[in-house]
Amino acid sequence: MDERLWNILVDSFPQLLGYGVRVTIPLTLISFALALVIAVIVALIQYADVKVLRQICRFYIWIVRGTPLLVQLYIVFFGLPSVGVVLDAFLAAVLVLGFNEGAYMAETVRGALESVSRGQMEAGYCVGMNYLQIMTHVVLPQAFRTAFPALGNSMIGMLKETSMAATITVMEMFRQAQVINGRVYESLALYGEVALIYLLFCTVLTWLQRLGEKRLSAYGGKKA
Amino acid sequence: MMLEAKNVHKRFDGQDVLKGIDLQVEKGDVVAILGPSGSGKTTFLRCLNFLERADRGELVFDGERFDLHAANHADIARVRKKTAFVFQNYNLFLNKTVLQNVTLGLTVAGKMKKTEANEIAFAALRRVGMENKLDSYPSQLSGGQQQRVAIARGLASSPEIIYFDEPTSALDPELIGEVLAVMRQLAEDGMTMLVVTHEMDFARNVSNKVLFMADGSVVESGPSKAFFENPQAARSRDFIRSILEARQYDLSVTFA
Repeated sequence: MDERLWNILVDSFPQLLGYGVRVTIPLTLISFALALVIAVIVALIQYADVKVLRQICRFYIWIVRGTPLLVQLYIVFFGLPSVGVVLDAFLAAVLVLGFNEGAYMAETVRGALESVSRGQMEAGYCVGMNYLQIMTHVVLPQAFRTAFPALGNSMIGMLKETSMAATITVMEMFRQAQVINGRVYESLALYGEVALIYLLFCTVLTWLQRLGEKRLSAYGGKKA
Repeated sequence: MMLEAKNVHKRFDGQDVLKGIDLQVEKGDVVAILGPSGSGKTTFLRCLNFLERADRGELVFDGERFDLHAANHADIARVRKKTAFVFQNYNLFLNKTVLQNVTLGLTVAGKMKKTEANEIAFAALRRVGMENKLDSYPSQLSGGQQQRVAIARGLASSPEIIYFDEPTSALDPELIGEVLAVMRQLAEDGMTMLVVTHEMDFARNVSNKVLFMADGSVVESGPSKAFFENPQAARSRDFIRSILEARQYDLSVTFA
């Protein structure tokens, strides 16, 4: 490898990693938190079968799952200003990523809720608890455990999807790679390098996911 | 009369599951509800605790009247407070330890202090012989152990009556005995119990009353002794005979 290329890689690495840590990871975490809140609310509404709200939730999931993320980003960031809604690029990315992944995660959480046996609810009623208490202490914790691996996958997927925010001018890790490449024209090396950093982040997340699963399996594991 | 159910009706998908069931329970009674599968025994028991909404029927509990169809939340809560329910599949809270399973209702629903709840739970668990497994999770226990914990969970709230819905039907044969032993002890301690069961020895030797149901109606009811020694209705005689025959068949298989 010639020295120029090597220097480019060495110089760009801390810059890229810096954007990764300061922008990509916060963008992922904030969007994921939003997605999780949306997912739990939407799943609970469907689980409890709240009449009108349920229709609204189905409609939301239908729209989000039926349109591409990239198009959603464009509509919110480039489209909405024409009706007077101007959003900061980072905020727009958080909203779109959150609502997008939230729709998928809602289905995950709903499936997990429905996998909790109805007998748990009945037993809760019989010891005097009300619906909310049973959900909080019994059903949701069990559903969370079931949903955990799938939610972990969603987070990993989301981390990679944050690179799409580059298209709406968010200065995140991939956008920074593009900027550096614009100066030095080493596409293979730079995009390869940024891919490696994504891989690194995802590996850490996978590792955390496995650790979490191990923790959670304490009560649910196979008979000891 | 401690508890009285009158004219309980229930339809599922256009089929009459309960066609007007009556039942009287005195304090200290152990009533075995018997009958062939599909006779509505379990549905009847569930209606008494509002796990199922009867289409019609009345419950008189400690002199207070409840409409089994139209009772409101407050009524239901009041009835459930006086009762405990033991399920066929135990339904222990899977994310809670043995101790937490017993205390959860006390601390969350009853707003009891944790130390006090723990004491009550420990006493209840000792009664069912599960005081050595406080920190185990249900998935780490055998079916018999889980059912004993479920009974302790029921006992913890000091109910006036415990409903048992086929408490041994999901158990391996060798685990049935430990659960029946606990129930027999409760009966001897004077606990009022309503037990849907297929365990004829329990019905005959532990319960003092029998309610025999078939096709959603009460065929015969009365003292256990009379029911087993001198059944009045033809259906009852057939039922007892078929049980005895099944048992002979079992034995012949076992010892062949």
